[in-house]
Amino acid sequence: MKPKIAAQSGTFESSDVIFLIEPMADNSGRKLEISSTVMQQFGESFHNIVTEMLDSYNLTDIHLIAKDKGALEPTIKARLETAIKRSMDQQEGTLK
Amino acid sequence: MLNSLGREIPEYIEGIGKLEPFQGALMKLGKGWMDEPTIPAPNRAYLPHQSKLCKTLEEAIIRSNPQNGMTVSFHHHLRNGDFLLVQTLTILHNMGIREITLASSSLNECHDPILPYLIDGTVTRIFSSGIRNQLGRAIALGVLETPVVIHSHGGRVRSIHTGKIRIDLAIISASAADCEGNATGSHGKSAFGSIGYAVIDARYAKEVIVVTDNLVDYPCIPLSISQNFIDHVVVVDSIGDASKIATGTTRITKSPMDLRIAKLAADVIEQSGFFVPGFSFQVGAGGASLAVAKFIREKMRNKSIRGSFMLGGITSYCVDMLNDGLFETIFDVQSFDAVVSNSLLNNRRHIEIPAALYANPFNCGCITNKIDVVVLGALEIDVDFNVNVITGSEGYIRGASGGHSDTASGAKLTVVVCPSFRGRIPIIKKRVHTVVTPGETVHVLVTERGICVNPAFKELEENLRRAGLNLKDIHDLEVEVDKITGIPGPLEYTDKIVGIVEYRDGTIIDVIHQLKEK
Repeated sequence: MKPKIAAQSGTFESSDVIFLIEPMADNSGRKLEISSTVMQQFGESFHNIVTEMLDSYNLTDIHLIAKDKGALEPTIKARLETAIKRSMDQQEGTLK
Repeated sequence: MLNSLGREIPEYIEGIGKLEPFQGALMKLGKGWMDEPTIPAPNRAYLPHQSKLCKTLEEAIIRSNPQNGMTVSFHHHLRNGDFLLVQTLTILHNMGIREITLASSSLNECHDPILPYLIDGTVTRIFSSGIRNQLGRAIALGVLETPVVIHSHGGRVRSIHTGKIRIDLAIISASAADCEGNATGSHGKSAFGSIGYAVIDARYAKEVIVVTDNLVDYPCIPLSISQNFIDHVVVVDSIGDASKIATGTTRITKSPMDLRIAKLAADVIEQSGFFVPGFSFQVGAGGASLAVAKFIREKMRNKSIRGSFMLGGITSYCVDMLNDGLFETIFDVQSFDAVVSNSLLNNRRHIEIPAALYANPFNCGCITNKIDVVVLGALEIDVDFNVNVITGSEGYIRGASGGHSDTASGAKLTVVVCPSFRGRIPIIKKRVHTVVTPGETVHVLVTERGICVNPAFKELEENLRRAGLNLKDIHDLEVEVDKITGIPGPLEYTDKIVGIVEYRDGTIIDVIHQLKEK
């Protein structure tokens, strides 16, 4: 699967993360650009969270940019879920 | 060899000499006399009516006869607005002087431009209480062959008068000075307040240059620095960026987290048994630490408690408390904002003190020995209450020892305030990366998630428990925070030592290893 539209969620604030997602052509694979102020300490954990969630949504052809300023795990997951749902045009509520 | 905190300390380091391991905060001082002699300060003679004025900084430096291997000292009262350190080193570099020992009372971001001089061998050794930004990063990654020496403000004075630091040339920035070198920071367009850290430099350096952007008619008063120690006087357009030296007043933080921590800390102080008439008090200038003063001020008013003195880095908030009559006196070694300079100049109860009187452990009693309550910050603290204020979570040198260990060792109640995690990095560790202040001198840690009393201080714990404060075992808090943040991956280091951390008495409390860059 791939995203339908470009989408984003999150902020550049400290303790938050911003995700930007855009669709890629079929079979082009995942292009992940992750940067984090805590890359050395939590880079692997961050990468795993992203990969697992993309897997769970079956997203294979996707360009994802993450800029993290030390968000906690629940924050990362919530921001990423929101970005994915927005990009798949699935999000409910007013902030579509 | 291991010091008493279990840190591995080499017996000897090339370029530094023999190292003495830390054995406890008051072990060495407890003897009452010190083996290290006070070295004689240089004697010079000047003839009547001989002029000290030089046209340029370069001319003054040439007159001071700079040599390879010299030690040059600076003071950091101009903080991040200082122009002269970079200018001086550039002049020395252009003259071809090499292997300089840089002995600044601290280093800030504005000193980043000297990094090329560390790389090219102009500067080969550094003594400082703090190192930050690009310099801290480069040093952590091993740019210098000889480790830097991190000292406290009090320890610096000790190092100078025992000859560990032998200053050949001291540069003293002054916002007002006269043709003989009487100088002060308390007035002028670049006013920065107290000049306390530079007093020992003036006394001990072989050559002393006073640099000012405000030459006043003789005599310049107050004589914060006096002419009998000054060799040359230079007038320049500007000694620093006034907007970065000191601005207006210090505002109390609006961060809900910092305010919560500060309120808890104030409750701790109130219930500690030390919040009594005549108590003395020191707070830092940053975030939660300064905000504690706001809550203490309210409590002092409510309970009609009047304190004795405030000490240290002084903010406008301290001045307000002095003017409100809540404290009798301010002892000021470093002033943080413009209002403070004004008070220092005009209020006789606001007293400028040299670093030796502030915190030097090798004398008959510095003022930190008289402190009742001090509130300090931390980059990290561990379950043994050891505090790191020098190396950041990413392994770089990015802080300052400052007066942290000096005041902690003197205070009856040392309160460390910090959030339990910053970003995703837990602040409470099993073992801090670098110890600056030993846990035996820290009484209580206050975080937004609870208060941890050092178990060595039973009476304090009892007082706080009886007052109904939310006390936690620091081990439990450490686990609690790790659960929230996750456990950070370890940083990797080499065997090379890039920094040694002196305790205030000159023993080595920890070393900093070279960071492996990923």
